[in-house]
Amino acid sequence: MGPDIDASIALVAIAPFVAAALAPLIHRFTKPLSGWVLALVPAAIFVFLVTLIEPVLATGAIPARIGWVPAYGLDLSFFIDGLSLTFALTISGIGTLIVIYSGAYLAGHPHLGRFLAFLLAFMGAMLGLVLADNMLGLFVFWELTAITSFLLIGFDAVRAAARRGAIQALVITNIGGMALLAGVILVQQLTGTWELSELRGMEDAVRGHGLYGLVLACFIIAAFTKSAQFPLHFWLPNAMEAPTPVSAFLHSATMVQAGVYLLARATPWLGGTVAWTTILVCFGGVTLIWGALGSLRQTDLKQMLAQSTIASLGLLVLLIGLGTQTAIAGMVIYFVAHALYKAGLFMVVGAIDHEAGTREITALGGLSGKMPVTFAAAILAGLSMFGLPPAIAFFAKEEMYLNLLSPHWQDLSVLAVLIAGNALLAAVGALVVIKPFLGPAMPTPKSAHEASVGLLAGPVILGLAGIATALLVGWFGHTVLEPAATAILNEPVESHLTWAIDFTKPVVWLSVATWVLAGLVYRYATTIRTLLRRFETRLGWTADTVFDAVMFGLIRFSGSVTRVLHHGRLELYLVTVFSLMALALMVPLFALGGINALLPTAELGNWAAQLRWPHLAPYEWGVIILALAGLGAIVAAPNRLYSILALGVQGTAVALIFLLFGAPDLAFTQLMVEILSVVILALVMTRLNLDERDHRPFEDWARDGTLALVCGAGVSLLLMVVLSGTLDTRLSDFFIATSVPIAHGANIVNVILVDFRGFDTLGEISVLMAAGISIMVLLRSRRAPVAVGSPVPPAPIAPKIKPEPTQPARAAAAPSAKSTVKGRAKPAPKKPAPKKPAPKKPASEKQAPKSPSSVA
Amino acid sequence: MDYVIAALVGCFVALGIYMLLSRSLIRMLLGIIVLGNGVNLLIFTAGRLTREIAPIVPRGLDTPAGAIANPLPQALILTAIVIGFAMFCFLLVLAYRTYQALDADNTDTMRVAEPEHAPNPPLSY
Amino acid sequence: MNTVIFRTIAPLIVSTMLVFSVYVCLRGHNEPGGGFIGGLIAASAIAVLGMASSAAEVRRALRFDPLSIAGFGVLLAGSSGMLSIFNGNPFLTSIWLYLDIAGSVVPLSTPMLFDIGVYLVVFGTLASVVLALESEDGENL
Repeated sequence: MGPDIDASIALVAIAPFVAAALAPLIHRFTKPLSGWVLALVPAAIFVFLVTLIEPVLATGAIPARIGWVPAYGLDLSFFIDGLSLTFALTISGIGTLIVIYSGAYLAGHPHLGRFLAFLLAFMGAMLGLVLADNMLGLFVFWELTAITSFLLIGFDAVRAAARRGAIQALVITNIGGMALLAGVILVQQLTGTWELSELRGMEDAVRGHGLYGLVLACFIIAAFTKSAQFPLHFWLPNAMEAPTPVSAFLHSATMVQAGVYLLARATPWLGGTVAWTTILVCFGGVTLIWGALGSLRQTDLKQMLAQSTIASLGLLVLLIGLGTQTAIAGMVIYFVAHALYKAGLFMVVGAIDHEAGTREITALGGLSGKMPVTFAAAILAGLSMFGLPPAIAFFAKEEMYLNLLSPHWQDLSVLAVLIAGNALLAAVGALVVIKPFLGPAMPTPKSAHEASVGLLAGPVILGLAGIATALLVGWFGHTVLEPAATAILNEPVESHLTWAIDFTKPVVWLSVATWVLAGLVYRYATTIRTLLRRFETRLGWTADTVFDAVMFGLIRFSGSVTRVLHHGRLELYLVTVFSLMALALMVPLFALGGINALLPTAELGNWAAQLRWPHLAPYEWGVIILALAGLGAIVAAPNRLYSILALGVQGTAVALIFLLFGAPDLAFTQLMVEILSVVILALVMTRLNLDERDHRPFEDWARDGTLALVCGAGVSLLLMVVLSGTLDTRLSDFFIATSVPIAHGANIVNVILVDFRGFDTLGEISVLMAAGISIMVLLRSRRAPVAVGSPVPPAPIAPKIKPEPTQPARAAAAPSAKSTVKGRAKPAPKKPAPKKPAPKKPASEKQAPKSPSSVA
Repeated sequence: MDYVIAALVGCFVALGIYMLLSRSLIRMLLGIIVLGNGVNLLIFTAGRLTREIAPIVPRGLDTPAGAIANPLPQALILTAIVIGFAMFCFLLVLAYRTYQALDADNTDTMRVAEPEHAPNPPLSY
Repeated sequence: MNTVIFRTIAPLIVSTMLVFSVYVCLRGHNEPGGGFIGGLIAASAIAVLGMASSAAEVRRALRFDPLSIAGFGVLLAGSSGMLSIFNGNPFLTSIWLYLDIAGSVVPLSTPMLFDIGVYLVVFGTLASVVLALESEDGENL
């Protein structure tokens, strides 16, 4: 395929993102019609994908490749075969209808533009997911679906339930995402390729490897979290807090099917083992029955559909686990049928909710007269869910039952589970379709009337599609089923779908048995519901409560960890820091033998030679003694004036050391800095009323002293070890050699500063400037609006001081006269009276009017 | 002589850390200055000490005739001194404003950001 | 500190220090000195003047806000590096110009401009801090 087709296939995944970015803007101009306008994007994608059916049939697969991070050999590679095309067609086709539906469903909503943007972004992620060839690309799109679905579920973020549902979905599916990443990397390590298309035929490298179990676990966790398999299914019902279009799109036809897609995609090289079959069939079966029963327990139409979706996902996983040709064929047909009818039913329920104002099945009835078109759409979808002949789902059921009538107990038990599950699902379908529309009319919160075109287009078209595919079942088998099943099994699959139903075959009678069972369940639905609810209350806990307990436990745990680490006592933080510093100094010196460089070796005279004791002139000793005296005086100073003076003394001593050892520049600078430090400290200190002495309890004194001595000794020893080694002088030599010839400067230090390393110096003076600005901001900001009155803030004050920090922040941000005046006028009334007013308050009150710019 | 200065650097660091571990803001500031001096001397000494020969090329020569002091640590320290001083000024002013706002120079009583009995994180979504 | 002697002598000391600071800054390329030291000396001069008279008076005498001076210094240092762009050289490549004025050669260079920028930044920043701290609370900052 040429680059053109590459680009167009990449565009399929990218165009929805572009549309998403533009959606809010487009929405602003096309307000009442934005759903219809934006639906053009998925519609175009759908049409484009339809044109690819023929090439895919002819060639089997179309690869496309676009350079992504060429430096790392990462390409954005796509790959369209029967499987991905089936999924992509479903996503873009249903997506088109959902976008139209959303425009009508949320008409007039202030954030409709944002909603459509999320929806389109999700669609792009989903299309990318099913089209990706590179497994890392698959992972990225996988995570993108999780993020966009988080945004969509939590769209109505003012409700706690929506936030909870969103967080739950994100947490659970992200666990799967991490597992997927691990699995993908493992597979790459085992096979050496990132490309899914190249993995086919490498099954021995994966299945035969000792790490197969781990790879399998990773992929299964990923798929089960995404596709809501028992026991990780509970996020899906909670995700129904999303607006109905989201449920119809994400939680029936697309996102939850990503796990199914992953399993189907991995079947050729991961599937077919005993572990694979056992796990998928068992968990799929349990999920099927559990979801179906859960669905019967509900009275909320949307919840019923959500739970039945869990059941359908279980069914699909079970079929993939079986892995026979008929099972896979059944799975492909069921996937298409389910996507068509479940999305349609969700939209119908949304329409009912929209028009009647309630979704409670017990509060609805007799709507068929008021909403005939909706009713018709519901019947079309319901036929599919019930699995009656003029709908495509009928064939799905036939296919899955086929070949299971065997003498093996495994096959028979699977068959029993399938029949029971299908019957329960059919009963749910009947309840959803019949209960709200037939029977005596019930009063509803809104007076129900027919829904708008935008709301009805989706369910009607999907329902008709469900019938049309069944009528054209031969064509469907040839163009959809065969390539998809072939892609899954990696072996040619022949479709034998036909309308010529042979009633002598037992399979047909299994279908009939299913319908009879479904009828019975429908008849006793209320009784079953009561029983199930009683069981649930008896059980006392659900996966939900476990999730909450885990989440809150995590929050509590992190809170306690934070409290231990952030205890709020500065000197303990510093003790931690310096303890670690002592360790970092001492461990390499003593444990790793760094000190050996200093130890006296065989020639004992080494010590004295290294010390070079006599080389220090008397005046140099004088300077060192001066420094030590200054240091001692700082600690011992009886009051702060002495300690400032002592500070000056040690600084001067440092300056003298610099002077003595050939650094006149440093000496000058150090001296000036010392002078300025003393001046500034004296200026500030005189205004503070401080404790004169250091009051440290003995144990603190001992601890701090020990720590300081250890650190000091460590630094000394480290320096001595460094000095005993040789110095790499290449850089210095370069500077010395080139200072005059190249940089025309004799003072090498200055040349380094302003020429060789000029860029550094530019950064440094910028830092200096920034420090100056910060200092001025601190000084000019109005006297802080006394946050805490007493030295020891009692805990209850905490909420009171919370709103205050805005004040210094604002004053700090704009230290102009305007904010000063505003700041003065505003906080006065609402400021909590400080217990001890700051000492120089009146002075600062006086200053504001005098400010030169306050006249402005 | 290098080793004597190395020992002196240890004294500077030890004293700086001891002062930093105090709970009084002003003592901590003094500690920071002393520690900064210690670190400057550390870099200076690590670049080897050479007596009284400044890294300046005599007039008329392209390169210095004999051994000179290592100019590289000096360039590093020169900016470090100035930036350290700016940092010190900032901390001093910060301490000053803190003192005005909280009426305290003891770090134990400065608990606005991390109050002693902080409320538990909210257990909700 | 506001003794008569100090107040009388201060202007003399300050003017000497300021001249000296400029000298130190300019000779820095070949002798001990440079922008950092010069700036510190000038800032000390301002500190002395501030103690002798008052911060407000010094501010008036300076005409420019010291922080603006610092800002100009950063601008000067940065743009001195820009000049090399006209040569087609990378940022901060030095350019030297030897002017022959009345027989004596006066070397002008972008590192010199850069050093003057450093001088102004150090001077401006520290002077503004010192003045702010010297000024009483009631004074304008």
